[in-house]
Amino acid sequence: MSRQQRHDARVPIILVVLGWLAVAFFVVPILALVLRVPWSSLSDVITDDATAEALTLSVFTSVITTVLAIVLGVPLAWLLARSNIPGRQFIRALCTLSMVLPPVVAGVALLASLGRRGVVGEILDDWLGVRLPFTMPAVVIAQLFVAMPFLVLTVESGFARSAGTVEEAARTLGASPWYVFTRVTLPATQPAIIAGAVLTWARALGEFGATITFAGNFPGTTRTLPIATYLALESDIDDALLISMVMVVISVVILVALRSRWVGAIGGVR
Amino acid sequence: MSLSIDVRRRIGATQLDVQFSVVAGETVAVVGPNGAGKTSLLRVVAGLISADEGRITWGGVVWDDASSGEFSPPEQRPLAYVFQDYALIEHLTVGDNVAFGLRARGVRRRRARERAQEVLDVVGGRDLLERMPSSLSGGEAQTVAIARALATEPSVMLFDEPFAALDASARAHARRLFSSMSSSSMARLIVTHDAVEALTLADRIVVVESGSVVQIGTPGEVIATPRTHFVAEILGLNPLPGRLRGDELSLGAMSLTVGAHGVGDGDVIAIVRPRSVSLHRERPEGSPRNVWRTTIDAVDRSDGRVRVQLGAPIPIAVEVTPAGFDALATEPDGDVWASVKASEIVVQPA
Repeated sequence: MSRQQRHDARVPIILVVLGWLAVAFFVVPILALVLRVPWSSLSDVITDDATAEALTLSVFTSVITTVLAIVLGVPLAWLLARSNIPGRQFIRALCTLSMVLPPVVAGVALLASLGRRGVVGEILDDWLGVRLPFTMPAVVIAQLFVAMPFLVLTVESGFARSAGTVEEAARTLGASPWYVFTRVTLPATQPAIIAGAVLTWARALGEFGATITFAGNFPGTTRTLPIATYLALESDIDDALLISMVMVVISVVILVALRSRWVGAIGGVR
Repeated sequence: MSLSIDVRRRIGATQLDVQFSVVAGETVAVVGPNGAGKTSLLRVVAGLISADEGRITWGGVVWDDASSGEFSPPEQRPLAYVFQDYALIEHLTVGDNVAFGLRARGVRRRRARERAQEVLDVVGGRDLLERMPSSLSGGEAQTVAIARALATEPSVMLFDEPFAALDASARAHARRLFSSMSSSSMARLIVTHDAVEALTLADRIVVVESGSVVQIGTPGEVIATPRTHFVAEILGLNPLPGRLRGDELSLGAMSLTVGAHGVGDGDVIAIVRPRSVSLHRERPEGSPRNVWRTTIDAVDRSDGRVRVQLGAPIPIAVEVTPAGFDALATEPDGDVWASVKASEIVVQPA
């Protein structure tokens, strides 16, 4: 009997059974999707104007969201990881709440704040004539609200890990705090920023609940790929299957990219 | 010009309270047991933390004055700090690390690179330019850290435990590097828990215990009149007056071979750490030099260590483990063989 077999024999059988059940639970739906996709009409759906419109909108808005998440989220992560602001734990909880909030609730909260009669939205409308709901910026805001915490938490742990004497050494060599941040801290945190950005982008691309609540469902303006998929289900299930397949491919590409390069930067996952 | 330090600062349970100065061109070693507040002292001088009370000035320029609130951040003080862990920037090449201080001061890339190459040449790191810090040995990393510090031509240089993490050959290189610095006009401040390092490198020694200065003096003065138990431990380092010729150290009754050193022929003080000497029941094989037969004059067992006073021809104190001593299975006044590695004997001019 080989070593490997004797080792396996020690694993409790109940864990093996349940573990494989979990594997099946994840694999079967994806497999079913692949099996049921009407591949023959693939080119029709992809070149279909409505689908192409939704795909373009989704890619465009999710990329904008990711850029904004980096611009706002990296400083927030720095505040949480390095500064001594009072109530840091509380601020972190507030800023990552939207991650666990039901997306529809996030959308309602955005309407309450930035809607035409919202707390801030009313001021924007009265003073600047800006109405956010049901516009493309609203799509980005909805995505940013639910997706940015992924970047913040990933980058925060990156900042916490890169803290050390290196930054102090840079100061003693004549570097200002800003020079140290851009030339020492940021490069050391780069893997975490990339990992966080990819997670944020994936979450933004799949955003549905907050988007449809706050931004609505206007073709070309706010109808993103997930919304288009949901609508297609009611008219033509084949379309829904094909659009879903497109998103599966995108997700797999992201997962592979993360696994191979940056997975170590995400919260200690190996 | 001199660096004047007169500060009080609380760090955790330790109250740092020191007052001394370092003159330009001088090396001062701050010696003390671990936890005495030595690193905190360097951090206050560097401006990484501020003093609770007191002031630090360099040539009359105030760096830190707790009463007036004046405080220059680290980047505005003309100093360089060689950290104990070297603190090299991992994503930059050695060349970019050495050029970092100049780039931060606005020197153009090409000029900074040239200067980095020059400094690396001087400190013996010529071939390291394109290497990444993660590929360096401990000694190479220290060489780079020193080059990086020297590149900005600081007036004050701070070293935290410069030899603690180095092997024997890297130590020899580092010692030569330090002797070559002794002719410069920098004020050099070294902190170390290793008394031998302090005695061999420094012009003056500041002994710090529990955050306070207990003695200041030249190495000779500190050896001659130790003020506290810790300083007395320095005496236990067995200073031996002798004559040096090449690597041959004559101690009157017998001669020892010493390792790499930067000291000229003539009268010297040789220092042997109590733990550097091994005791054997029979003549040890395979190490023909620095072995001698001697007697055990006294034995003192305390704190889990055995301190053995050896007799002629070299009357020194030796420290061994209780197990090692019991293995000798010797009578209190019996004969033993003693040996010491050449590289463990440190010489300095008398």
